[in-house]
Amino acid sequence: MAVTVRIPTALRRVTQGQGEVQIEASTIAELIEKLEQEFPGIKERLVDENGEIRKFVNFFVNDEDIRFLKGKDTELKDGDVVAIIPAIAGGLI
Amino acid sequence: MAKVKGLRCKECGKEYPIEPIHVCEFCFGPLEIEYDYDYIKENISKEKIEKGPKSLWRYVDLLPVDNPTVGLTAGFTPLVKAENLGRELGLNNLYIKDDSVNHPTLSFKDRVVAVALSKAKEFGFDTAACASTGNLANSVSANAAAAGMNCYVFIPANLETNKIIGSLVFDPTVVAVDGNYDDVNRLSSEIANEFGWAFVNINVRPFYSEGSKTLAFEVAEQLGWKAPGAVVAPLASGSLYTKIWKGFNELKEVGLISDNPPRMYGAQAAGCSPIYKAFKEGRDWIVPEKPNTIAKSIAIGNPADGPYAVKVAKESNGSIEIATDEEIIEGMKLLAKTEGIFTETAGGTTIAVLKKYAEAGVFDPDEIVVAYITGNGYKTMEVLEGKLKKPIHIKPSLIEFKEKVIGETVNK
Repeated sequence: MAVTVRIPTALRRVTQGQGEVQIEASTIAELIEKLEQEFPGIKERLVDENGEIRKFVNFFVNDEDIRFLKGKDTELKDGDVVAIIPAIAGGLI
Repeated sequence: MAKVKGLRCKECGKEYPIEPIHVCEFCFGPLEIEYDYDYIKENISKEKIEKGPKSLWRYVDLLPVDNPTVGLTAGFTPLVKAENLGRELGLNNLYIKDDSVNHPTLSFKDRVVAVALSKAKEFGFDTAACASTGNLANSVSANAAAAGMNCYVFIPANLETNKIIGSLVFDPTVVAVDGNYDDVNRLSSEIANEFGWAFVNINVRPFYSEGSKTLAFEVAEQLGWKAPGAVVAPLASGSLYTKIWKGFNELKEVGLISDNPPRMYGAQAAGCSPIYKAFKEGRDWIVPEKPNTIAKSIAIGNPADGPYAVKVAKESNGSIEIATDEEIIEGMKLLAKTEGIFTETAGGTTIAVLKKYAEAGVFDPDEIVVAYITGNGYKTMEVLEGKLKKPIHIKPSLIEFKEKVIGETVNK
């Protein structure tokens, strides 16, 4: 059940510069735990003290925002691509 | 740069040096410029500003740029006393800040791009890029051309034709992405991770967004160094709205005005109103939406500055309201027929919401109210198709003119 996780610049210090990593996980919640095992310190940057995904952290599974799916319980399957992306502004206004 | 101390995370307060970065490594919060206001207060004055260039660069002391080189003609747009619209709405001191005639690309984006690309040049970038709903792409394309920079712009593929042409003419690489603005934004964010470009609204965003403060500075100066009682501005990402608030607060901080900052009223389209909903429901987080509105330039379903916009609405004793697509069209027509100003859908949203608030009595009839018009109607004319009167079609005949136009009965 390996999925590809794309790491944003702001987190690459924790991943020793890697922009993409392979993780075995069946949900986003599990993915966060597995990332922490591999890259200690990454979890606290992704979730707050209550275990909720931080306000400015966006997870996308195959290009869809997990807030349109099942949030942390969104299921993952082999070959999925998970992108972690900081919330950014822009557009017109 | 003595006026600027560095970057600071708006969430956790962690400090960073001045670099082209926009996200806190620890909590992913947005980074913002940290100024030395004591230093600025010593070095700024009304006289100095009034002697400055007739552009937003007259406020360079409050901007994070040392050496302005791009967008030297941006800003300093008209502040129009809206007598006719004011009469219609029962407001005796209504003004329109008209950025539909900003230079060079007719939207407020010329402000933020001037600051972003001037800073990008200081950083040594040779390539400008952006994710855009149209206006930003136009401005980045034009300013990059003038500045001799390479340029890539990323837009949703379904944008208004005129906005696409309005970028292509400057010969950038335009990438039309299948998806909505939020999709374009996400993709651009990933591209910004890989390529060393100045993405004005991504890695250069802390500098870029500061350009919007000049909308507050100019209004205060144009009113004779006064703050209005209330302002109405559109909300997309929430950045413009929060920076207008910041601008008025800074003027007070450095002693250029003594009034309190205005009550901040925000306008969203009903078909994309995540900030309005968060405000109404008392949330400080945003539930993202899939936009469905004609107001494409403000259709951001996942607005990064949304939480801050909600905070500003509360702190300033203002509020946030929505307008339906029909009301947006009516707003565009109302501003055009009363003040002779042709704005795009974002401006229509602002005017529709201004009208709602005026009718609800949130303004004192004599207080100064400023509505921010941020874009030009000539770019989105297709939304008005079928919504306006038809021309009266006649033969080149005086008789037919009198009959069909004037309504006279003519004896033949």
